Amino acid sequence: MKLKTCLLTALVAVVYVLHQDFWNWKRADPLVFGFLPIGLAYQAGYSILAAAMMAVLVRVIWPKHLENVEPEGKDPKGGRS
Amino acid sequence: MIPVIVVAIYLVIIGVIGSLAFRQSQANTEDFFLANRAVGSMVFFLSIFATNMTAFAILGSSGQAYRQGIGIYGLMASSSGFVIPLTIFFIGTRLWAIGKRFGHQTQVAFFRDRWECSAIGTVIFALSVAMLVPYMIISIMGGGRVLNDISGGRVAYALGCAVVALVVTANVFFGGMRGTVWVNIFQTLLFLLFGAVAVAVISHGLPGSFGDYIQKIATNPKTRYLVTRERMPERYFWSYTLIPLSSIMFPHMAIMCFAARRVTAFKRTVVLYPLAILAIWLPCIFLGVLGTQLEPGLKNPDGVLLHMLTDHAPAWLAGILGAGIISAVMGSDTHQVLAVSTMFTKDVFAHYGGKTKYGERGSVYFARGFILVVTLVAYVIALITPASIFELAVRFAFSGFAAMAPVMVAALFWKRSTKYGALASTLWVAGWLLLTWYLQTISDGTAPGLGRPAALIFPALGHLFERTMVNVTVFGFLPVVPMVLGSAVCMVVVSLLTAPPSAETIAKYFPQPMSESLGQGAKPEPASEEFASRAR
Repeated sequence: MKLKTCLLTALVAVVYVLHQDFWNWKRADPLVFGFLPIGLAYQAGYSILAAAMMAVLVRVIWPKHLENVEPEGKDPKGGRS
Repeated sequence: MIPVIVVAIYLVIIGVIGSLAFRQSQANTEDFFLANRAVGSMVFFLSIFATNMTAFAILGSSGQAYRQGIGIYGLMASSSGFVIPLTIFFIGTRLWAIGKRFGHQTQVAFFRDRWECSAIGTVIFALSVAMLVPYMIISIMGGGRVLNDISGGRVAYALGCAVVALVVTANVFFGGMRGTVWVNIFQTLLFLLFGAVAVAVISHGLPGSFGDYIQKIATNPKTRYLVTRERMPERYFWSYTLIPLSSIMFPHMAIMCFAARRVTAFKRTVVLYPLAILAIWLPCIFLGVLGTQLEPGLKNPDGVLLHMLTDHAPAWLAGILGAGIISAVMGSDTHQVLAVSTMFTKDVFAHYGGKTKYGERGSVYFARGFILVVTLVAYVIALITPASIFELAVRFAFSGFAAMAPVMVAALFWKRSTKYGALASTLWVAGWLLLTWYLQTISDGTAPGLGRPAALIFPALGHLFERTMVNVTVFGFLPVVPMVLGSAVCMVVVSLLTAPPSAETIAKYFPQPMSESLGQGAKPEPASEEFASRAR
């Protein structure tokens, strides 16, 4: 497996594991910004992390070969109109 | 009355947009169902997001937060923000390419061709429709409830459902996919703004600060669970991360993937998706928890946001925010109705000879007629079914579609997968849906109250099947866990035991190593606009 694939797989795995924030399970404090319980603030931050992860995936392993796909004629089962 | 007038104006705008789309329509199914596969990048994002957001994103989320607290965000929202973009990235782009190359307009058409079998497509079609229709019905129920609540009861629930069903029907009937995505632009922007505006308005109307209320909840032992996850079992929380696998398997989401003009449209979508979820869910969850202090003792917590808006926002603003909620309802409902119509027209009517006999124009007429029938039936069921707006979806549709994800992954990425493997997975899923329904039904009477330990359904089987307040669990996990894992095992084992598809079909879908296979229909072309502009 290529190093790039290994690193990206590890990235996705780490982000996945970070979703299970067992250390915040029974905590309400501190209140982030004075009103957001830590468990909610953490998961909100996690959403931003997920967006960042997707930005990395798009940049590094975007399936560029799909960009030039063209139709291949009519499908006998009624696929193409 | 003012909120009702505002919502009525909104519904008229939706109707006008739908009629504008009708003027551009052509009498062929690719145009009616997929807007000629010409949906641009930003519109694609707004539309696919609207496709996936239902009334639950606003009403159900706040209602669940009212009952269970902040854990709902991690349980449903951030897990979706992680899983759904990944599935769109890996599966959605490949579906788009296959649709573009071979002209498929539904998942079933792809499965039939990929595994050289009409029957497997029909079985998957039947299961998909059985799981999608309840989802469509709860959207209509949600709309009826919102109109009823916004109007303070002046618009009866039945009338509210009828209005939503009528507007959705008109929009889809006349505009098809084009009308649906045009309306989605307006709808998604409206409900994306909903959360922030609702928080600002409600905070302005409160005597104390948000921090004061949250501190009060946190320091009271009886309510502290609302700002922690101490009553949420960890296995339950983990199980739920499999549920968003359902998203890409919902027919309306998959069909939406076929409609993009270019595959580059997916780039923006997968990055913005988690942020859009954050924008809607975070305020709704937070306000739901806050609602336990501002609107205590609600019998139906799903209405907590509407109560708070009514009490703390000016009437006209409550109307606009109500329109935002209706947008979430109708955005997904229009896609669901269109998807059901697309599937019946392409996978049944056209596949079994209707297209040959009646042609493209006849297929579009059939589709339009079907839209009228299906929404009428959904409306009637919405009136006579007492289930709450999300229970049906969670129990049947979400777990079932999530468990069908291995079938799609195998079809796209595993040459050796076979129709019998797909059939085994589908039967496994159907069997589990029936089992879950049965266990849920027989354990309703023994369901424990909030915060109480799960009850054993069959004491002789130990913790195998337990009943929590809402769900059946399997060794503490949601049924979606054995459903997804078992579906994957069925696909692998049965495929290895049966003959693979013909070399011709494998060559068609896998002409080269997988990393490049789906681009084989490509003609040499200059770089896409995005890359060209970057180069400039």
